[in-house]
Amino acid sequence: MARVVVDVMLKPEILDPQGQAVQRALPRLGFEGISDVRQGKRFELEVDGPVDEAALARIHDLAESFLANTVIEDFTVKVESDDVVAGAAK
Amino acid sequence: MTARIGVVTFPGSLDDRDTQRAIRLAGAEPVALWHKDKDLKQVDAVVLPGGFSYGDYLRAGAISRFSPVMGTVIEQAKAGLPVLGICNGFQVLTEAHLLPGAMLGNDHLHFICRDQKLRVENAETAWTADYSEGQEIFIPLKNMDGRYVADEYTLDKLEAEGRVAFRYLDVNPNGSLRDIAGITNEAGNVVGLMPHPEHATEPLIGTGRTDGLPFFTSILKKLVTA
Repeated sequence: MARVVVDVMLKPEILDPQGQAVQRALPRLGFEGISDVRQGKRFELEVDGPVDEAALARIHDLAESFLANTVIEDFTVKVESDDVVAGAAK
Repeated sequence: MTARIGVVTFPGSLDDRDTQRAIRLAGAEPVALWHKDKDLKQVDAVVLPGGFSYGDYLRAGAISRFSPVMGTVIEQAKAGLPVLGICNGFQVLTEAHLLPGAMLGNDHLHFICRDQKLRVENAETAWTADYSEGQEIFIPLKNMDGRYVADEYTLDKLEAEGRVAFRYLDVNPNGSLRDIAGITNEAGNVVGLMPHPEHATEPLIGTGRTDGLPFFTSILKKLVTA
Protein backbone atom coordinates (compact mmCIF):
# COMPACT_ATOMS: atom_id res chain seq x y z
CA MET A 1 0.00 0.00 0.00
CA ALA A 2 1.17 3.48 -0.76
CA ARG A 3 0.14 6.85 0.44
CA VAL A 4 -0.53 9.65 -1.96
CA VAL A 5 -0.80 13.15 -0.57
CA VAL A 6 -2.87 15.85 -2.21
CA ASP A 7 -2.20 19.37 -0.93
CA VAL A 8 -4.77 22.01 -1.75
CA MET A 9 -4.07 25.73 -1.32
CA LEU A 10 -6.10 28.81 -2.13
CA LYS A 11 -4.64 30.56 -5.16
CA PRO A 12 -2.26 33.37 -4.19
CA GLU A 13 -4.65 36.10 -5.31
CA ILE A 14 -7.54 34.78 -3.19
CA LEU A 15 -7.97 36.41 0.21
CA ASP A 16 -7.47 33.95 3.09
CA PRO A 17 -9.02 35.47 6.23
CA GLN A 18 -8.37 32.31 8.26
CA GLY A 19 -4.66 32.48 7.50
CA GLN A 20 -4.69 36.18 8.38
CA ALA A 21 -6.37 35.48 11.71
CA VAL A 22 -3.69 32.89 12.52
CA GLN A 23 -0.95 35.30 11.49
CA ARG A 24 -2.35 38.07 13.68
CA ALA A 25 -2.39 35.76 16.69
CA LEU A 26 1.30 34.90 16.38
CA PRO A 27 2.88 37.96 18.06
CA ARG A 28 0.57 37.44 21.04
CA LEU A 29 2.02 33.94 21.40
CA GLY A 30 5.55 35.22 21.24
CA PHE A 31 6.21 34.27 17.61
CA GLU A 32 7.74 37.22 15.85
CA GLY A 33 8.92 37.60 12.31
CA ILE A 34 6.20 35.71 10.47
CA SER A 35 4.73 38.09 7.96
CA ASP A 36 2.10 35.92 6.31
CA VAL A 37 0.19 32.69 6.93
CA ARG A 38 -1.98 30.88 4.42
CA GLN A 39 -4.05 27.88 5.40
CA GLY A 40 -4.70 24.94 3.12
CA LYS A 41 -5.94 21.36 3.14
CA ARG A 42 -4.02 18.11 3.04
CA PHE A 43 -5.59 14.84 1.90
CA GLU A 44 -3.84 11.53 2.57
CA LEU A 45 -5.04 8.82 0.23
CA GLU A 46 -4.18 5.20 1.05
CA VAL A 47 -4.04 3.52 -2.30
CA ASP A 48 -4.65 -0.21 -2.79
CA GLY A 49 -2.32 -1.72 -5.33
CA PRO A 50 0.54 -0.11 -7.16
CA VAL A 51 0.81 3.64 -7.53
CA ASP A 52 1.70 3.60 -11.19
CA GLU A 53 1.20 6.20 -13.88
CA ALA A 54 -2.43 5.19 -14.35
CA ALA A 55 -3.22 5.39 -10.63
CA LEU A 56 -1.57 8.78 -10.35
CA ALA A 57 -3.46 10.04 -13.37
CA ARG A 58 -6.73 8.97 -11.74
CA ILE A 59 -5.80 10.69 -8.48
CA HIS A 60 -4.89 13.80 -10.44
CA ASP A 61 -8.36 13.77 -12.00
CA LEU A 62 -9.94 13.26 -8.58
CA ALA A 63 -7.99 16.19 -7.15
CA GLU A 64 -8.86 18.42 -10.07
CA SER A 65 -12.56 17.63 -10.15
CA PHE A 66 -13.37 17.10 -6.48
CA LEU A 67 -10.70 17.65 -3.81
CA ALA A 68 -9.84 21.08 -5.18
CA ASN A 69 -12.02 23.68 -6.84
CA THR A 70 -9.60 24.97 -9.45
CA VAL A 71 -11.55 28.21 -9.76
CA ILE A 72 -10.07 29.23 -6.40
CA GLU A 73 -7.51 26.57 -5.45
CA ASP A 74 -4.25 25.02 -6.67
CA PHE A 75 -3.24 21.49 -5.80
CA THR A 76 -0.21 19.19 -5.84
CA VAL A 77 -0.12 15.39 -5.89
CA LYS A 78 2.79 13.63 -4.16
CA VAL A 79 3.55 9.97 -3.53
CA GLU A 80 4.65 9.70 0.06
CA SER A 81 5.56 6.11 1.00
CA ASP A 82 8.65 4.28 -0.17
CA ASP A 83 7.12 1.09 -1.48
CA VAL A 84 6.25 2.62 -4.79
CA VAL A 85 6.54 0.98 -8.15
CA ALA A 86 9.72 2.25 -9.76
CA GLY A 87 9.16 5.09 -12.12
CA ALA A 88 5.76 6.04 -10.84
CA ALA A 89 6.82 8.83 -8.52
CA LYS A 90 7.32 12.03 -10.36
CA MET B 1 -52.92 24.20 -15.29
CA THR B 2 -50.16 25.42 -13.08
CA ALA B 3 -46.42 24.89 -13.11
CA ARG B 4 -44.70 22.18 -11.11
CA ILE B 5 -41.53 23.38 -9.42
CA GLY B 6 -39.19 20.86 -7.83
CA VAL B 7 -37.33 21.55 -4.58
CA VAL B 8 -34.36 19.31 -3.88
CA THR B 9 -33.73 18.06 -0.36
CA PHE B 10 -30.11 17.15 0.37
CA PRO B 11 -28.96 15.80 3.74
CA GLY B 12 -28.51 19.06 5.63
CA SER B 13 -30.91 21.20 3.59
CA LEU B 14 -32.74 23.64 5.85
CA ASP B 15 -34.99 25.78 3.69
CA ASP B 16 -36.63 23.19 1.46
CA ARG B 17 -39.96 23.47 3.29
CA ASP B 18 -39.97 27.28 3.25
CA THR B 19 -39.18 27.16 -0.46
CA GLN B 20 -42.06 24.78 -1.10
CA ARG B 21 -44.31 27.12 0.83
CA ALA B 22 -43.14 30.14 -1.19
CA ILE B 23 -43.84 28.27 -4.41
CA ARG B 24 -47.35 27.44 -3.20
CA LEU B 25 -47.96 31.07 -2.18
CA ALA B 26 -46.99 32.16 -5.68
CA GLY B 27 -49.62 29.81 -7.09
CA ALA B 28 -47.41 27.00 -8.41
CA GLU B 29 -47.22 23.40 -7.26
CA PRO B 30 -44.13 22.44 -5.26
CA VAL B 31 -42.72 18.97 -5.87
CA ALA B 32 -40.29 17.44 -3.37
CA LEU B 33 -37.17 15.99 -5.00
CA TRP B 34 -34.71 13.75 -3.17
CA HIS B 35 -30.94 14.00 -3.59
CA LYS B 36 -30.59 10.27 -4.23
CA ASP B 37 -33.17 10.30 -7.01
CA LYS B 38 -32.05 10.86 -10.56
CA ASP B 39 -35.68 11.37 -11.51
CA LEU B 40 -36.88 14.98 -11.56
CA LYS B 41 -40.53 13.86 -11.75
CA GLN B 42 -41.05 15.92 -14.89
CA VAL B 43 -40.98 19.25 -13.07
CA ASP B 44 -40.89 22.48 -15.07
CA ALA B 45 -38.21 24.12 -12.92
CA VAL B 46 -35.97 23.29 -9.94
CA VAL B 47 -34.95 25.18 -6.81
CA LEU B 48 -31.85 24.17 -4.85
CA PRO B 49 -32.59 25.46 -1.34
CA GLY B 50 -30.44 26.84 1.44
CA GLY B 51 -28.86 24.92 4.27
CA PHE B 52 -25.65 23.06 4.96
CA SER B 53 -25.82 20.07 2.65
CA TYR B 54 -23.35 17.38 3.64
CA GLY B 55 -22.27 19.63 6.50
CA ASP B 56 -20.41 21.89 4.05
CA TYR B 57 -17.66 19.26 4.21
CA LEU B 58 -14.77 19.72 1.78
CA ARG B 59 -16.30 22.95 0.43
CA ALA B 60 -19.88 24.21 0.61
CA GLY B 61 -21.81 22.43 -2.14
CA ALA B 62 -18.86 20.30 -3.25
CA ILE B 63 -20.32 16.95 -2.28
CA SER B 64 -23.93 17.74 -3.19
CA ARG B 65 -22.78 18.66 -6.64
CA PHE B 66 -22.03 14.96 -7.25
CA SER B 67 -25.34 13.64 -5.89
CA PRO B 68 -27.52 11.60 -8.27
CA VAL B 69 -30.16 14.34 -8.56
CA MET B 70 -27.55 16.90 -9.60
CA GLY B 71 -26.45 14.75 -12.52
CA THR B 72 -29.91 15.22 -14.02
CA VAL B 73 -30.22 18.85 -12.92
CA ILE B 74 -26.90 19.76 -14.58
CA GLU B 75 -27.83 17.98 -17.80
CA GLN B 76 -31.28 19.58 -18.00
CA ALA B 77 -30.12 23.03 -16.90
CA LYS B 78 -27.75 23.04 -19.86
CA ALA B 79 -30.76 22.21 -22.05
CA GLY B 80 -32.74 25.16 -20.64
CA LEU B 81 -34.48 23.91 -17.47
CA PRO B 82 -34.92 26.90 -15.14
CA VAL B 83 -32.89 26.40 -11.96
CA LEU B 84 -32.66 28.72 -8.95
CA GLY B 85 -29.99 28.22 -6.30
CA ILE B 86 -30.50 30.01 -2.99
CA CYS B 87 -27.59 30.26 -0.53
CA ASN B 88 -26.29 26.68 -0.33
CA GLY B 89 -28.05 26.14 -3.66
CA PHE B 90 -25.95 28.95 -5.13
CA GLN B 91 -22.84 27.26 -3.76
CA VAL B 92 -23.91 23.98 -5.39
CA LEU B 93 -24.42 25.77 -8.73
CA THR B 94 -20.92 27.28 -8.67
CA GLU B 95 -19.39 23.94 -7.66
CA ALA B 96 -21.28 22.33 -10.55
CA HIS B 97 -19.89 25.05 -12.84
CA LEU B 98 -23.39 25.96 -14.00
CA LEU B 99 -22.48 29.43 -12.76
CA PRO B 100 -18.95 30.90 -12.87
CA GLY B 101 -16.86 31.80 -9.84
CA ALA B 102 -16.89 30.27 -6.37
CA MET B 103 -18.11 30.89 -2.84
CA LEU B 104 -15.72 31.25 0.10
CA GLY B 105 -16.04 31.96 3.82
CA ASN B 106 -17.23 35.44 4.80
CA ASP B 107 -14.22 37.77 4.97
CA HIS B 108 -14.97 38.58 8.65
CA LEU B 109 -15.10 34.83 9.53
CA HIS B 110 -18.48 35.10 11.30
CA PHE B 111 -21.84 33.66 10.44
CA ILE B 112 -24.11 36.48 9.37
CA CYS B 113 -27.88 36.84 9.69
CA ARG B 114 -29.49 40.13 8.75
CA ASP B 115 -32.11 41.77 6.60
CA GLN B 116 -30.23 42.85 3.53
CA LYS B 117 -30.94 45.48 0.92
CA LEU B 118 -30.26 44.43 -2.66
CA ARG B 119 -30.54 46.03 -6.05
CA VAL B 120 -32.01 43.98 -8.88
CA GLU B 121 -29.54 44.44 -11.73
CA ASN B 122 -31.07 42.06 -14.24
CA ALA B 123 -34.87 41.77 -14.49
CA GLU B 124 -34.83 39.61 -17.59
CA THR B 125 -33.95 36.18 -16.21
CA ALA B 126 -36.46 33.38 -15.76
CA TRP B 127 -36.49 34.12 -12.03
CA THR B 128 -36.44 37.94 -11.96
CA ALA B 129 -38.87 39.07 -14.67
CA ASP B 130 -41.43 40.30 -12.11
CA TYR B 131 -38.91 42.81 -10.76
CA SER B 132 -37.87 45.95 -12.55
CA GLU B 133 -34.24 46.73 -13.26
CA GLY B 134 -32.77 48.90 -10.54
CA GLN B 135 -35.48 47.93 -8.04
CA GLU B 136 -34.33 47.86 -4.43
CA ILE B 137 -35.50 44.92 -2.35
CA PHE B 138 -35.07 43.86 1.25
CA ILE B 139 -34.69 40.16 2.01
CA PRO B 140 -32.98 38.06 4.70
CA LEU B 141 -29.38 36.93 4.37
CA LYS B 142 -27.89 34.18 6.53
CA ASN B 143 -24.68 32.44 5.65
CA MET B 144 -21.17 31.40 6.57
CA ASP B 145 -19.67 31.00 3.09
CA GLY B 146 -21.13 33.95 1.22
CA ARG B 147 -18.06 35.59 -0.29
CA TYR B 148 -18.44 35.49 -4.05
CA VAL B 149 -15.12 35.38 -5.88
CA ALA B 150 -14.08 35.05 -9.51
CA ASP B 151 -11.08 36.23 -11.48
CA GLU B 152 -11.04 39.74 -12.93
CA TYR B 153 -11.70 38.48 -16.44
CA THR B 154 -14.83 36.61 -15.33
CA LEU B 155 -16.06 39.57 -13.26
CA ASP B 156 -15.62 41.96 -16.19
CA LYS B 157 -17.40 39.52 -18.46
CA LEU B 158 -20.32 39.13 -16.03
CA GLU B 159 -20.66 42.92 -15.78
CA ALA B 160 -20.41 43.45 -19.52
CA GLU B 161 -23.03 40.81 -20.25
CA GLY B 162 -25.43 42.05 -17.57
CA ARG B 163 -25.11 38.79 -15.68
CA VAL B 164 -24.75 40.30 -12.23
CA ALA B 165 -28.36 39.75 -11.22
CA PHE B 166 -28.26 41.21 -7.69
CA ARG B 167 -25.88 43.49 -5.84
CA TYR B 168 -25.61 44.21 -2.11
CA LEU B 169 -26.57 47.76 -1.18
CA ASP B 170 -25.44 49.87 1.81
CA VAL B 171 -23.08 47.21 3.19
CA ASN B 172 -21.15 44.38 1.66
CA PRO B 173 -21.96 41.70 4.25
CA ASN B 174 -19.37 39.07 3.35
CA GLY B 175 -16.60 40.50 1.20
CA SER B 176 -18.13 39.43 -2.12
CA LEU B 177 -16.22 40.93 -5.02
CA ARG B 178 -17.93 43.93 -6.63
CA ASP B 179 -20.78 43.57 -4.08
CA ILE B 180 -22.20 40.66 -6.06
CA ALA B 181 -25.13 38.95 -4.32
CA GLY B 182 -26.35 36.87 -7.25
CA ILE B 183 -25.60 36.04 -10.86
CA THR B 184 -27.21 34.40 -13.86
CA ASN B 185 -25.91 32.18 -16.61
CA GLU B 186 -25.79 33.40 -20.18
CA ALA B 187 -29.21 32.02 -21.11
CA GLY B 188 -30.90 33.44 -18.00
CA ASN B 189 -32.41 30.11 -16.93
CA VAL B 190 -29.92 29.44 -14.12
CA VAL B 191 -29.79 32.00 -11.32
CA GLY B 192 -28.00 31.82 -7.98
CA LEU B 193 -27.98 34.22 -5.05
CA MET B 194 -26.89 34.22 -1.43
CA PRO B 195 -29.87 35.97 0.25
CA HIS B 196 -33.15 34.14 0.84
CA PRO B 197 -36.20 35.30 -1.14
CA GLU B 198 -38.25 32.36 0.18
CA HIS B 199 -38.08 33.89 3.69
CA ALA B 200 -39.67 37.13 2.46
CA THR B 201 -42.92 35.98 0.93
CA GLU B 202 -45.44 36.71 3.69
CA PRO B 203 -45.91 39.94 5.65
CA LEU B 204 -46.12 38.07 8.94
CA ILE B 205 -42.58 36.68 8.89
CA GLY B 206 -39.08 37.68 7.89
CA THR B 207 -38.67 41.31 6.94
CA GLY B 208 -42.40 41.95 7.15
CA ARG B 209 -42.36 42.52 3.43
CA THR B 210 -42.92 40.22 0.49
CA ASP B 211 -39.95 41.33 -1.58
CA GLY B 212 -38.93 37.74 -2.28
CA LEU B 213 -42.22 36.60 -3.78
CA PRO B 214 -41.52 37.88 -7.33
CA PHE B 215 -38.86 35.18 -7.77
CA PHE B 216 -41.62 32.60 -7.64
CA THR B 217 -44.26 34.57 -9.56
CA SER B 218 -41.66 35.32 -12.25
CA ILE B 219 -40.99 31.67 -12.92
CA LEU B 220 -44.67 30.76 -12.71
CA LYS B 221 -45.61 33.35 -15.35
CA LYS B 222 -42.80 32.25 -17.58
CA LEU B 223 -43.80 28.62 -17.37
CA VAL B 224 -47.53 29.13 -17.74
CA THR B 225 -47.26 31.48 -20.68
CA ALA B 226 -44.52 29.43 -22.35
